[in-house]
Amino acid sequence: MTTANGAPTKITQGSKTKGGIGESTLRPDGTLKVTGEFAYSSDMWHEDMLWGQILRSTVAHAEIVSIDTSEALAMSGVYAVMTYDDLPAEMKHYGLEIQDTPVLAHGKVRHHGEPVAIVAADHPETARRAAAKIKVEYRELPVITDEASATAPDAILVHENRTDHHIGHVPHPNIVHRQPIVRGNADEAAKKADFVVRGEYYFGMQDQAFLGPESGLAVPEEDGGVHLYIATQWLHSDLRQIAPVLGLPEDKVRMTLAGVGGAFGGREDLSMQIHACLLALRTGKPVKIVYNRFESFFGHVHRHPARLFYEHGATKDGKLTHMKCRIVLDGGAYASASPAVVGNASSLSAGPYVIDDVDIEAIALYTNNPPCGAMRGFGAVQACFAYEAQMDKLADEVGMDRVEFRRLNAMEQGTIMPTGQPVDSPAPVAELLRRVKAMPLPPERQWESSEGADVRQLPGGLSNTTHGEGVVRGVGYAVGIKNVGFSEGFDDYSTAKVRMEVIAGEPVATVHTAMAEVGQGGVTVHAQIARTELGVAQVTIHPADTQVGSAGSTSASRQTYVTGGAVKNSCELVRERVLEIGRRKFGSYHPAWATAELLLEGGKVVTDGGEVLADLVDVLEDEAVEIEAEWRHRPTEPFDLRTGQGNGHVQYSFAAHRAVVEVDTELGLVKVVELACAQDVGKALNPLSVIGQIQGGTTQGLGIAIMEEIIVDPKTAKVRNPSFTDYLLPTILDTPTIPVDVLELADDHAPYGLRGIGEAPTLSSTPAVLAAIRNATGLELPRTPVRPEHLTGKA
Amino acid sequence: MRVNFTVNGRPQEADDVWEGESLLYVLRERMGLPGSKNACEQGECGSCTVRLDGVPVCSCLVAAGQVQGREVVTVEGLAEYAKDRAEGGCASGACGTGGTTLDEAQRWQAKGADSQTGEGVELAPIQQAFIDAGAVQCGFCTPGLLVAADEMLERNPNPTDADIREALSGNLCRCTGYEKIMDAVRLAAARQSEGV
Repeated sequence: MTTANGAPTKITQGSKTKGGIGESTLRPDGTLKVTGEFAYSSDMWHEDMLWGQILRSTVAHAEIVSIDTSEALAMSGVYAVMTYDDLPAEMKHYGLEIQDTPVLAHGKVRHHGEPVAIVAADHPETARRAAAKIKVEYRELPVITDEASATAPDAILVHENRTDHHIGHVPHPNIVHRQPIVRGNADEAAKKADFVVRGEYYFGMQDQAFLGPESGLAVPEEDGGVHLYIATQWLHSDLRQIAPVLGLPEDKVRMTLAGVGGAFGGREDLSMQIHACLLALRTGKPVKIVYNRFESFFGHVHRHPARLFYEHGATKDGKLTHMKCRIVLDGGAYASASPAVVGNASSLSAGPYVIDDVDIEAIALYTNNPPCGAMRGFGAVQACFAYEAQMDKLADEVGMDRVEFRRLNAMEQGTIMPTGQPVDSPAPVAELLRRVKAMPLPPERQWESSEGADVRQLPGGLSNTTHGEGVVRGVGYAVGIKNVGFSEGFDDYSTAKVRMEVIAGEPVATVHTAMAEVGQGGVTVHAQIARTELGVAQVTIHPADTQVGSAGSTSASRQTYVTGGAVKNSCELVRERVLEIGRRKFGSYHPAWATAELLLEGGKVVTDGGEVLADLVDVLEDEAVEIEAEWRHRPTEPFDLRTGQGNGHVQYSFAAHRAVVEVDTELGLVKVVELACAQDVGKALNPLSVIGQIQGGTTQGLGIAIMEEIIVDPKTAKVRNPSFTDYLLPTILDTPTIPVDVLELADDHAPYGLRGIGEAPTLSSTPAVLAAIRNATGLELPRTPVRPEHLTGKA
Repeated sequence: MRVNFTVNGRPQEADDVWEGESLLYVLRERMGLPGSKNACEQGECGSCTVRLDGVPVCSCLVAAGQVQGREVVTVEGLAEYAKDRAEGGCASGACGTGGTTLDEAQRWQAKGADSQTGEGVELAPIQQAFIDAGAVQCGFCTPGLLVAADEMLERNPNPTDADIREALSGNLCRCTGYEKIMDAVRLAAARQSEGV
């Protein structure tokens, strides 16, 4: 087999400055991305390749009576059609934690759009038409769509005969996982409350809507294995799920990261990986699969929609007394990351506040709705939406300023979480609120210009629905807390291989990890770390693949912390080895080799006093130093299944937002005028990228506040808006100015003191916008997203 | 059917084009020009934006047969196109100089170029500005945004923020929150007016 066209190559990036951490160095892949040369997974191409297509269920819950593939197989250009019966190995299911997802439906489909059969053909249109010729007869079953239907006495079980490790502690087999957290005595503490507020909230189903569709190329190899070029968030997790279903040992499934067009959690689960490999192994030809947008809406899990019930109390001087909550997450038909989402939602349900007496319960349901799993913010987003609405209500009851009420109750370093875990690094919650409130407000009537109203600045925009009539401004605040890294005792390590050698008379470091660069800028940061630790200008980033150990997932705001930590660690080991070589060669020439603290800087070995001892070129000559090592952060513990107690999280991350909105109260249209954010990042390794992450996360929070929602028909459990025509993402016109104030308070436990940053801004953005709309309209607005009918009193 | 048209200044011919084929498919799958992206294929996201006789269009919504005898500029030809324009040459790309041959295009491989400053690669001002301003994250929306932004700056060298937002409102980006994209377009406009 020849190699695939578009296979990633090494990228070498030089730097005229030191180019180390703290500088806003530019992306090493930037030029490739602006010239159109960067090969994404959907751009991969191979001579003689076939196109794969998936046939998906048209109903949400049904028994499969029969599948007839004969007509599809008979079509010219069709090379293979496969169903469950054609699966080659004993293992026919996969899953991130629970292997409950069939590779192809067997006997039953559990959600709308479930894969039933796969086709390979020599043209994508032929593959599509062939898939359409497969006849599937369904016998429809009643659909389970919410907690009531899932736990009804006669409810059909979404999964019969569960054997997973959660079944022993859930109250019903249609509940994936339940996590209570009890600390203090909420009933007793409630007696001290002068004010109590209760609320029921609903958070809609959000889609990650990464722009690069699920896609990849599977190339069969001569040894009977397969090489998969794929866009994913975690190569080794994919590998662990793919190999058993193919009936291959893991070393016969080689994986290389192809260009990834965004992820946001939606690529944590497998999509077309196994299907492409199956077809490639069946046909002996390379097979490419690319979803279109319609299919993408069915091809990955979404953010869990949630119902949240909260009760908070406060004394008349504004101190929180207690909190009770119940969070019901809809996990849909398969488990995906639901158990971990439950862990986050419950353990972070109190928000960044001091509350000693809590009574918390979070569950995730099995239903026939679309499967839900990871999305940026992961369980903490839904909780933040609800507890921040509660804070506003309670502040109003007490009669305090909403920001000052939050500041009075804000957690700080040393605060004990509901799980009993102390917060052992800076937690500048009150300071972030102070900063975001102190930012100058955008001018009133900002839409007024010398020539009258500029409709582009008004709700409704160029639809020209108002020139200011009926438009009311509102301002809202919110703050949130997110954990960083994988929690609850997970062995959350990463691996980095670092090599140092002299190339063309210059020392060059090569960094090889399996980290999925999904756009976040991990590759930029790895080069910066290598320059800082090894004192070189030139750094080569090796393509990510499974030829090196696992890097863990590009999720949970963890990669700069964990794979960044692994790169730093391996660089330090390489540096030690280089210094050993230096001592051996040159130690006798200068006593500082033995006595001083030695650094690598500017291509030289220098003492901490700045004296140059040797050139790296002379130390290394033609020797290459290469080290691959694993690195771990502090271990965590599982949460107790009855009390929820345990040191479950590695690190916390905090952001606060202030939203300014203008609402056309007659038409129910909202213009977000400004969405300011203050966030503590510990240490900004690349300030430009940090701000880009905060602004991007903020905008995704804006989306679920006023625009985005996957609509599932409650009668049929079918998805009604699987397109960018009907699922609305914020455009550049919907997105306001996003001023960002970055605070850097070091976490002494983390590499360079950094804090994972990607998710926190997605939490508080949504409740801040909702608070601003409530402030403008006086409406309660207990659900998100807000639609015009909620604002005009028609819903 | 057979379709003859010009891509990035080079005459091209596509044979056996199926009636339902889009310009995007022809560019990506036949011409070896995958720079135009396939994010929605329904005209909602703008990531497949190209210039068709100078006009920005979603190439997913243009039937291949419609481009017969016309001129297409893609992100792969943007640097050359901008250079011709700056030199007062033939900005339409129809002059026959430069461009990528079909053979070259089909054999392209990503090169491990030094990308810190874009050294060794000639970029359009808008491309350089996207790199410098941090407007590229995953980059999937970038080609379409570059083509759209470059066309706006051609029409309107000194855009207001409202002008920029209006011109780019057909291009979705999921990573950046658009702020750095605004910065990039402002930067390109400023450099253009200073003649940098």
